[in-house]
Amino acid sequence: MDFNLAGVHWLSDLLLCTQPLPVPTIPTERQFYEENKPFTCLDGSSTIPFDRVNDDYCDCRDGSDEPGTAACPNGSFHCTNAGFRPTFIPSSRINDGICDCCDTTDEYNSGATCQNTCREMGRKERESLQIMAEITKEGFLLKQQLIHEAKRGQEDKQGKLTELQGSKKGLEEKVEALRTVKETAEDPEKEAKERHLKAWEELIRMEKDKTRMAEAFLELDDDADGYVSVAELQSHLELDPDSDGSLSETETQGLLGGADKVDTSTFETVWSGIKDKYLSETLPLFFFIRYIYRLCPFNRVSQKPKFGGSETNLGLWGQWAGPEDNLYSVMKYDHGQGCWQGPNRSTTVKLTCGKETVVTSTSEPSRCEYLMEFTTPAVCQEPASLDEVLHGHTEL
Amino acid sequence: MNSSNSILRTQRMGPLLVLWLAGCLSGTWAVDRGNFKTCDQSAFCKRQRALKPGQSPYRALLETLELTNTKLTLQLINDNNKVRLLLELYRLQGNMTRVKINELKPLKPRFEVPDVLINDPPTEPLSLLSRDENGVVLSLGADSQRLIVSAKPFRLDIMEGREVLLSLNSRGLLAFEHLRIRKDTLLCNYFHLSPLLFLPSLKAKEDEKVEDGMWEETFKSHTDSKPNGPSSISLDFSLPGVENVYGIPEHADSLKLKATDGGDPYRLFNLDVFQYEVFNPMALYGAIPVMLSHSAQRTMGIFWLNAAETWVDISSNTAGKTVFGQMLDYVQGSSETPQTDVRWISESGIIDVFIMLGPTPTDVFSQYASLTGTQAFPPLSALAYHQCRWNYNDQEDVAAVDQGFDDHDIPYDFIWLDIEHTDGKRYFTWDPHKFPQPKDMLQGLLDKRRKMVTIVDPHIKVDSSYKIHNEIRSKGFYVKSKDGGDYEGWCWPGNSGYPDFTNPEMRAWWASMFAYDQYEGSMENMYTWNDMNEPSVFNGPEVTMHKDALHGNWENRDLHNLYGLYVQRATAEGLIERSGGVERPFVLARAFFAGSQRYGAVWTGDNAAEWEHLKISIPMCLSLGLVGVSFCGADVGGFFKSPSTELLVRWYQTGAYQPFFRAHAHLDTPRREPWLFGPENTALIREAVRQRYALLPYWYQLFYHAHHSGQPVMRPLWVEYPQDTATFSMDDQFLLGRDLLVHPVTEEGARGVTAYLPGKGEVWFDVHTFQKHNGAQNLYIPVTISSIPVFQRGGSIISRKARVRRSSSCMEHDPYTLFVALSPKRFAQGELYIDDGHTFNFDKQKQFIHRRFSFANNALSSRNLAPGSQFTTFSWVEKIVILGASKPSKATLKTPDGKESQLEFEFDASMSVLTLRKPGVNAGLDWTVVLQ
Repeated sequence: MDFNLAGVHWLSDLLLCTQPLPVPTIPTERQFYEENKPFTCLDGSSTIPFDRVNDDYCDCRDGSDEPGTAACPNGSFHCTNAGFRPTFIPSSRINDGICDCCDTTDEYNSGATCQNTCREMGRKERESLQIMAEITKEGFLLKQQLIHEAKRGQEDKQGKLTELQGSKKGLEEKVEALRTVKETAEDPEKEAKERHLKAWEELIRMEKDKTRMAEAFLELDDDADGYVSVAELQSHLELDPDSDGSLSETETQGLLGGADKVDTSTFETVWSGIKDKYLSETLPLFFFIRYIYRLCPFNRVSQKPKFGGSETNLGLWGQWAGPEDNLYSVMKYDHGQGCWQGPNRSTTVKLTCGKETVVTSTSEPSRCEYLMEFTTPAVCQEPASLDEVLHGHTEL
Repeated sequence: MNSSNSILRTQRMGPLLVLWLAGCLSGTWAVDRGNFKTCDQSAFCKRQRALKPGQSPYRALLETLELTNTKLTLQLINDNNKVRLLLELYRLQGNMTRVKINELKPLKPRFEVPDVLINDPPTEPLSLLSRDENGVVLSLGADSQRLIVSAKPFRLDIMEGREVLLSLNSRGLLAFEHLRIRKDTLLCNYFHLSPLLFLPSLKAKEDEKVEDGMWEETFKSHTDSKPNGPSSISLDFSLPGVENVYGIPEHADSLKLKATDGGDPYRLFNLDVFQYEVFNPMALYGAIPVMLSHSAQRTMGIFWLNAAETWVDISSNTAGKTVFGQMLDYVQGSSETPQTDVRWISESGIIDVFIMLGPTPTDVFSQYASLTGTQAFPPLSALAYHQCRWNYNDQEDVAAVDQGFDDHDIPYDFIWLDIEHTDGKRYFTWDPHKFPQPKDMLQGLLDKRRKMVTIVDPHIKVDSSYKIHNEIRSKGFYVKSKDGGDYEGWCWPGNSGYPDFTNPEMRAWWASMFAYDQYEGSMENMYTWNDMNEPSVFNGPEVTMHKDALHGNWENRDLHNLYGLYVQRATAEGLIERSGGVERPFVLARAFFAGSQRYGAVWTGDNAAEWEHLKISIPMCLSLGLVGVSFCGADVGGFFKSPSTELLVRWYQTGAYQPFFRAHAHLDTPRREPWLFGPENTALIREAVRQRYALLPYWYQLFYHAHHSGQPVMRPLWVEYPQDTATFSMDDQFLLGRDLLVHPVTEEGARGVTAYLPGKGEVWFDVHTFQKHNGAQNLYIPVTISSIPVFQRGGSIISRKARVRRSSSCMEHDPYTLFVALSPKRFAQGELYIDDGHTFNFDKQKQFIHRRFSFANNALSSRNLAPGSQFTTFSWVEKIVILGASKPSKATLKTPDGKESQLEFEFDASMSVLTLRKPGVNAGLDWTVVLQ
């Protein structure tokens, strides 16, 4: 047994001390590790013979004498990761039996069998960077388009306003004069043709509207009982007739034509009164397993059980809450409905660049604190050129 | 986790709980005392406590005395009702006396607690020294110890020389309610069964009056049917010369037990107490009926082996005295010696009491361990840091938290899943949406050499589509209600059944459910948590099981406090079996009893994020350690409510030095993973956790000792300094083993603490600064938020692993740094224990290394403490730090092969610290370093 133990001792000494160990591969630092010359700790705290570099004993306070072993508590290890991205890992991850560097260099004496995954990771990263870059590019174009459209819309409107105001008077006079001419000069046959065309277009429009109405009905009918009730409609604050921020029961009843609930046929009459608002103000819904979450930007976040039950307010628009350098990347909605023995519900919305404006995920990491991921072109930044992106992250 | 609290989530719990909760909602934050009985509300306690001392009706019938090789038997008679009792006296090996009292001829057998003692305690012969009409004197062998049996009134005294160590029934409070026949309509039924049996005893008891609560008792809306009538027992113990008693956990109270005159007795009854308060004698989740008495002269123990509801009264002739009064006694030479009187009252069963005569604390620990066994030796990783929360929501959440620890370079070994991970609170299952691929998740953890704990509670959802329920029901394994049907109550899943864990067949079946092919999605790095095992029954009396529920032939009344032990035992056995008997299990339980230490860890239940709760974690775990349960911890951060950042940091710093180190939080609290409080606080918590990891070799060695010899890991100072009266009522600091003294900071905004360093002529070294302090002094230590004061005893050697990695498994082969703290006589000693960290091979195949390090005559050596064992380690000695050293001219390392080599060293003259550079020897080898 003694013999064995001695063997182990010898073995571990061999492995730990005499195997050539990785020397820092960062070009700027490599110059400090010159073989056969005394090594001065990078913080200058002391100078040691070179054979104490990477000898698995920490001599420098800053850990710089052990760039290739786990001896220093504050050391770090450089993974070259050829084919991927070079990184630093805490030196405590050297030979801990877990593959950290994709080039496997951190596990040179732990018995762990690591595969070199750098190429694969590099490929994947490039792919995802490419996708991201495309998204950013397109998203940014969309954003610019949005800005452009908004600007043009504003200018157009401004210009039109001035123009219209100028011509308004003249036109008003002309209108009066022409009215009489028109009434007598109308060609009855042409009129008939136009009427026919209009009717045809109207029919198509109505069919489309009916489809939307049917969809809306299904969406509104939370408990799937074949009726849209006051409670079910009440969560759609956007339908609020007096825009006071709340949709009272009476108001809702009003929308439903005085009824408590309406079936599909009665819903037709209701639909005509709400369709404009309903369509224009509702963002795509994100379907979760049990709940439907609804985000109305700059207004509120709400949650509704998928199968019946009343809506819960998860927070009202609060403020932008991103980090200093990217304030507009996070929205905070707070002062939602209170939790028992807990805070009022609140929601953090993380915005990322995307081609579409859509909520991609919702979770409740802490009770009554919700997290939404939201993509929109509106936050896309001007992309660096793709080549630049790929080049900056790869060392081949 | 969680107690009755989240009952709050009423939507899921059904209307019944809504009503039940209505009371809580309006109340302030505290326990609702009205939900739990006072002694006055517990009929037997009230009856017993009404008895006055000095009127004992019991007389020993000396003519019935029989003495055999193993025991003495003797009948006692109650002169009031002529009921006879049978007294059995045993002298047990290891300086213990066992006193058993039962009815001579009970109507039906009375419950005797099984499965707690590890064997039939071996006896030694008693010899009769003298005998007359007043009593007998027996020799207890060593140290001129005698046992005196007085006949009228009956009384026992244990003496050593001329000194009375302990007396039984000296106050005449022995009271044994014999089983009797009900004197109303039910009488006929009894006669119908077996009239002959009952006739004689019936006659003798005609004069007895029937009191309220004897045959039926109602508390709040719950009626206890008490078909066996009154059956309580009581006995008093007097401890002359004793001012300090400890133990009888679990209570959120000071370590030194208080006199209970004028208040309620300490209560032992396993209960799920919602939002418990600190500093009171109310019952909590676990019960260990063991009390230690201590004076500067002697330490003794009383083990009251009874699993029924139990109350313990303590009175002391000095407790009520002011300091002035005590001074007056001293000046006037008062002849009154201090004395503590203790009285135990239990609802049913028999009197079976073990008197552990010490005389040292270590002796008492060994004595108790010889009766109930020692602490299970946990896997090394279980001593590391545990990250828990009610709940980690899904696999992505688990992965993100796991990654968070790596991103912030904080080590952890276990991540825990509370009840929400299951499919509708059906234990042994997974929520199919949140945890669709449990094995992928576990493999992910395994790849990082980490582990998981999932919760498996003992209440089973009554649901005919649930396999576990169906099997238990079809096998008849559920606890039965008094009417014979399956007992059902409300718990997390709604209507639930409670498996009868007292049934060995049931336990075997339960254990088999942990097999990898039974518990789907489980893997070898998944361990178990048994919560709610009091058992908790939300709609039961005092939130627990009805006392008239039936476990086979026995009522819950008889064995209530034992249920939780059986749950943990069956689970631990399951984990052992699934590995083919190879791997050590790890099971955490909330309810416990004497002997639970053999099955795993316990924690102090649903505490709160308050400074008071941080403070009370110290005496609560110390009390448990004194009675065998070393693996104890409190939820770091506090379960209910949300801690301030300062409290959280302080709690991590304290928890890092308590045996079971787990952060946990209630569902309704904001997230509190260590990195959520800004980089500075993340760094503070990281440092606290790293201190724990560096010290794991010492923790492991302490647990090996706890397992081997029953010595507590976390100790009150008086255990090591038994004559130092200044340590007797200390609640704010403790020792780990003998060699580390920890003084947590438990005051908000503290800028300093006053630590007491014991030991005249000893020295202590601050482990952070290496500064040396003298013993036997109160030392004011300025503190910052960066750490809490920890001292290493001069004269000790502690091994650490300075290379802290992301989990304890990753550190397995890492080298050791030895911290040698010299005594004023320049001497030091320490140990190192190494094995594979997770199997039983240390025990079955003696595969371990146990080394003794000694520093004497300027030489430090390592020698083998266990020559019969064998194990190889890759770990080596990286560094030796000698505190209190002087500067040598050279340091020579000698190995058994005759080789010598010079070690380089550094010497810090300002702190007298000598650091020897890289001895490099394997940790399993003999070696010596000589300083010249």
